[in-house]
Amino acid sequence: MRLLADLFLLIGAAFALLGALGLLRMPDTYNRIQAGTKAVTLGALSFILGIGLLYPEWWAKLLVIAGFILFTNPVGSSSIARAIHLAGIQPWQRAASDPQALKAPQEDKSA
Amino acid sequence: MDNISREPPLTLPHYLFIFATANLLWLLLVGEPSRQELILGGLVSLVVTLVSAPHLLIFGGVKLRIDAPLHLLRYLGYFFVALIRANLDMARRILSPSLPINPRMVEVETGLRSTLGRLMLANSITLTPGTLSVDVKDNHILVHWVDASPGVDLEAATREIAAGFERYLGGFLR
Repeated sequence: MRLLADLFLLIGAAFALLGALGLLRMPDTYNRIQAGTKAVTLGALSFILGIGLLYPEWWAKLLVIAGFILFTNPVGSSSIARAIHLAGIQPWQRAASDPQALKAPQEDKSA
Repeated sequence: MDNISREPPLTLPHYLFIFATANLLWLLLVGEPSRQELILGGLVSLVVTLVSAPHLLIFGGVKLRIDAPLHLLRYLGYFFVALIRANLDMARRILSPSLPINPRMVEVETGLRSTLGRLMLANSITLTPGTLSVDVKDNHILVHWVDASPGVDLEAATREIAAGFERYLGGFLR
């Protein structure tokens, strides 16, 4: 049980690290939010699961915390994304000359 | 949100639903279902329901049908699989030296009418592979998509991003 709990705590830490790495590597705010939100949400859930295995008598409160994180994390991310969208910041795109660029016909949204 | 849809009025079953939700939250926070806590929790939940229900019109989006819990469970199962896939996908992108992303803004369409339904759909989209809800306008959700390879038009994006969740959410939300 102790080993399994440690494993989940380690996975949580690994995803938190990935989230931080994503913040450094991504090119613009939208992508940084993407990297930050997802990795950290699963990381936090993994932490909570690990703590739940260490202290099984806390399961009810941990369940409430997990639900709260699952509900508020995406709302916070979307609020930041909407704010920068309304501020007129355009998402980063690959240059057309880039070999990795999207082959689909360009749809210029000048909204 | 610029234009919140008019919520349907709350019915008696909705009041019972709010009461049950408050009661469940109380019991989870207390942690031990003794008789004393059950009685006290019931009283507190009753007061909370009566005082706050007029402000909780968002609950009108809940479909109170007999098979709703089943749909909720299926939605949760689908959601957790998508959440884990999202994280592995994001981990792969972050760790790849070439940073394989092709971000675009796309719009998806939703058939969910209620505020709660759209909130849940937008939240689900944010937590699933490579997508981030940016804005909601009428029945369109603006989504930032890390890898828009499947296509940037409305139909392709809706099929890829929203259709799966909507099928499950439609079972218990308007």
